[in-house]
Amino acid sequence: MSAAAEESPSTGMVVEVDDLHITFSGREGGTAKAVDGVNLAIRKGEIIALVGESGCGKTTLARTILGLEIPASGEVRFHGEPLEYTGRALKRYRKHVQLVLQDPTGSLNPRHSVYEAVAEGPRTHGMDDEAGRVARALSMAGLRPPERFFLRYPHELSGGQRQRVVIAGALALDPDVIIADEPVSSLDASVRGEILALMLKLREELGLTLLVVTHDLGLAWNIADRIVVMYLGRVVEQGPTEEVLRDPQHPYTRALLSVVPEMHGVEQIVLSGETPDPTNIPSGCRFHPRCQEVRDGVAESAGVLAACSTISPVILPPSIPIGVDATDLSHEAACHLVVPPPST
Amino acid sequence: MSTTELEQPIIASSRSISWKRRRIAMLQFVRTFATYRTGMFGVGILLFFIIVALAAPLIFPDYLLDPNANLSNDDMAPPSSEFYYWLGTDDLGRSVLAELAWGARPSLIIGILASLMAMFIGTLVGIASGHFRGLFGGAMERLTDWFLVLPFVPLVIVLQAVLGQTSLLITVVVLGVTSWPGTARLVRAQTLSVEGRPYIERAKVLGNSDWKQMTRHVLPNVTPLVIANTTLTVAIVILSMTVLGFLGLLDPNEISWGGMLDSADESGAALRGAWWFLFPPGLCVIAVVLAFTLIGRTLEVVLNPRLGSE
Amino acid sequence: MAALEMRDVSLTYHPAEGPVPAVRGVDLVVEPGEVVGVAGESGCGKSTLISTVLRLYPKSATVEGEVLVDGENVFEMKWNRMRAVRWGEAAVVFQGALHSLNPIQRIGKQLAEPILIHEKGATEASAAKKVRELLEQVGLPARHANAYPHQLSGGQKQRIMIALALTCDPKVLLCDEPTTALDVMVQAQILDLLKAIARDRSMGMLIISHDLSVLASNCDRIAIMYAGRVVEQGIASELFAHPAHPYTRALMGAFPTIGDTESRYAPSGLAGDPPFPGDLPSGCSFHPRCPIATDECSDADVVLKSVGPSRKVACIHVDQGAVV
Repeated sequence: MSAAAEESPSTGMVVEVDDLHITFSGREGGTAKAVDGVNLAIRKGEIIALVGESGCGKTTLARTILGLEIPASGEVRFHGEPLEYTGRALKRYRKHVQLVLQDPTGSLNPRHSVYEAVAEGPRTHGMDDEAGRVARALSMAGLRPPERFFLRYPHELSGGQRQRVVIAGALALDPDVIIADEPVSSLDASVRGEILALMLKLREELGLTLLVVTHDLGLAWNIADRIVVMYLGRVVEQGPTEEVLRDPQHPYTRALLSVVPEMHGVEQIVLSGETPDPTNIPSGCRFHPRCQEVRDGVAESAGVLAACSTISPVILPPSIPIGVDATDLSHEAACHLVVPPPST
Repeated sequence: MSTTELEQPIIASSRSISWKRRRIAMLQFVRTFATYRTGMFGVGILLFFIIVALAAPLIFPDYLLDPNANLSNDDMAPPSSEFYYWLGTDDLGRSVLAELAWGARPSLIIGILASLMAMFIGTLVGIASGHFRGLFGGAMERLTDWFLVLPFVPLVIVLQAVLGQTSLLITVVVLGVTSWPGTARLVRAQTLSVEGRPYIERAKVLGNSDWKQMTRHVLPNVTPLVIANTTLTVAIVILSMTVLGFLGLLDPNEISWGGMLDSADESGAALRGAWWFLFPPGLCVIAVVLAFTLIGRTLEVVLNPRLGSE
Repeated sequence: MAALEMRDVSLTYHPAEGPVPAVRGVDLVVEPGEVVGVAGESGCGKSTLISTVLRLYPKSATVEGEVLVDGENVFEMKWNRMRAVRWGEAAVVFQGALHSLNPIQRIGKQLAEPILIHEKGATEASAAKKVRELLEQVGLPARHANAYPHQLSGGQKQRIMIALALTCDPKVLLCDEPTTALDVMVQAQILDLLKAIARDRSMGMLIISHDLSVLASNCDRIAIMYAGRVVEQGIASELFAHPAHPYTRALMGAFPTIGDTESRYAPSGLAGDPPFPGDLPSGCSFHPRCPIATDECSDADVVLKSVGPSRKVACIHVDQGAVV
């Protein structure tokens, strides 16, 4: 572990996820492979959007990074050190990595005032200057003047204000990383922009690293530096936001993008069926039963049709900086049409 | 809340202000409760019995209950105009009215003590079995099931046989130990629903221990339910205790309504038309049980909506 | 005749704290075969608006105006007529209705029930035939009639809910957030289905959603609601191309056009929160959040006025002829 700790400054990664597998035992005896081999590296100050349909494993991956799920294999590293799953180690870890959930109403205990909700973290970790921390966190989250909100109860606040309280609760711990699971999807449209702007501001002013789990590509376009698209427990495409959204390589990403209602002039690719079952993952490329390129014969004319249903595309490595300029990231897709399978 | 109060310099007073808010909430609760006529009726009945129980030694001197001191009285004499004998005498020539007043004491004491005990055990086991999954939670659940099917009458008989005597304490323990599984079940269900809410996940991620999660987040959310349920448990415990008394399983030296019913039955009060000996203890039991039930139901109505909205 | 017409409809709730005007004078027309969308944020009165059509609001609420379903005013109907209208003339697909299927009854039986009750001379066999047709129409194989709800996915259940609403051939279908609980891919499928049904049956359809983008490509006309009023309405494609009301513009800006450099790293939104209907700002209810508000806005009575051939806007800063 000491060797890893020495290495970490050189990689410059805050969180690394290495060949992660997470399984759940299904009700009928089967095993659901919620996350099935994922690599991810998050650099300091980065905003990453983890995108996919529900059931693709993005929330499970986020929960595992928080240490809420224990991986079946693979590991999560924080500043190069593997996560330990003892109560004390997790508590220490969570001072640095915090969570913001989708539903701000449910995330706040209705019986706790705003002050109590925000002070909970610092109090649990025995941090000094509790009141000052709470006031700073609230005002950083845009609730100003903070004292006016101290004694309010969640039911007295609007949805947007509640989400700000949840964010303040995380900020009160001075975390390095915030993982936000659909942070705006339950908020009103007009409030959404303000919360996203807040996230950009937090990155700028505090150097926070953000992992945003979402199904909303517009959100990714609004704030994310990098997009990681997941399908059925695997990363199928990743790269800088501009490249992935302007020039999507994987058929699944193209389909996701085509159903965004704002995409006028793009022909809608409506995939048949719903997200398949993680207890029964298709052979070969896990997307092939729904893939429009397979359906429309593109895969066949490219000569990869056989590979689509038999050979699994490569598991993408963590997206890494290219060259000297660290903002330049590789853009990759796990698809036989993009990277031909070894046999052809 | 006025704005001046909010803009006061802060936190040292945060706790006191949250107490103030709590007090306001309490007042609000009392006011809401007062609007329920059935609940207030229950409170009225209960207050009456509490006063009677407290004042019994002052109004009715000991000797009225001493069979040897009342030898001159007729057995089962009908009601007379003399205050002590408004409800006549029992099979030993004692004042039925005095017995009723004194009998309120064990009913209320045992009822409340046993229910508190049930509340304590039930809440603890309920929250634990809802919070911890896996082996420990499962064991707690099985334990609840086991006690749920444990019949209390045979348990009393066995305990008496083992201990060779009976006492107030044994009655409290037996009734307490057999009354908690219902509470535990209810608390477990509520705990599971609270645990499903995101703020428990948030609390976990903030670094709270299991104990903190249970006491700071789950407990306050199950408390209203527990309070309402305990009030209803008191009613059941008092009924159970009356059954024990009627079966002669309570301390015979202690006056109780159940015991009175037992004496009335054995001495053939019904055949002799001594209604004043037979009915009043039964009516008292019904009245107290009704009072607790009315209060409990009203508490349920008044407290429950707050679970969601507050 | 319009499938659904609302004339100056208002609804006020009366809780103990004082009256809450949830809908304040809404005019809306849905022609047969037309899909009309109503968009707005929580508390804008859109769900209340739907509740007026079938009189699903609480008894204590007061209503004004007229709601005509196929030419008949629902506010004046007797209750037994109202009940018939609820299945036969206008049907609702509710938000989160996925849980309203009976878990222990086969899908086919649940679909056949309203047919057997409401259709004169319906037999078990004719109902079963109709159930098969309905399932086909909503894009499900007929064998799903034998399935139990738990065997179906969310999207399939929503299709069943739509089939259920269609059992008595209503003239109007009201959809309250029909896709909110569903995944993006499935959302697109369901919206396509709804659009096709409206065309094929020349049925009027009213879809309400908090998500303007859901309505964008699926509605013929759109009305935007704010604080109980319609603040802008027009033909969907035109309204999206040239939104006139500042609120509409803000809503559109909330969901960026992917690839548009201006919105990159620049999420846009409105400061503040939607007002509580019981405590509305004076004048134009939107003025405290409005980027172009002037002093006039806080006391002017702002009404919906025509500003183009097919566009109405409630804003004193949008002039006649602003939209062509």
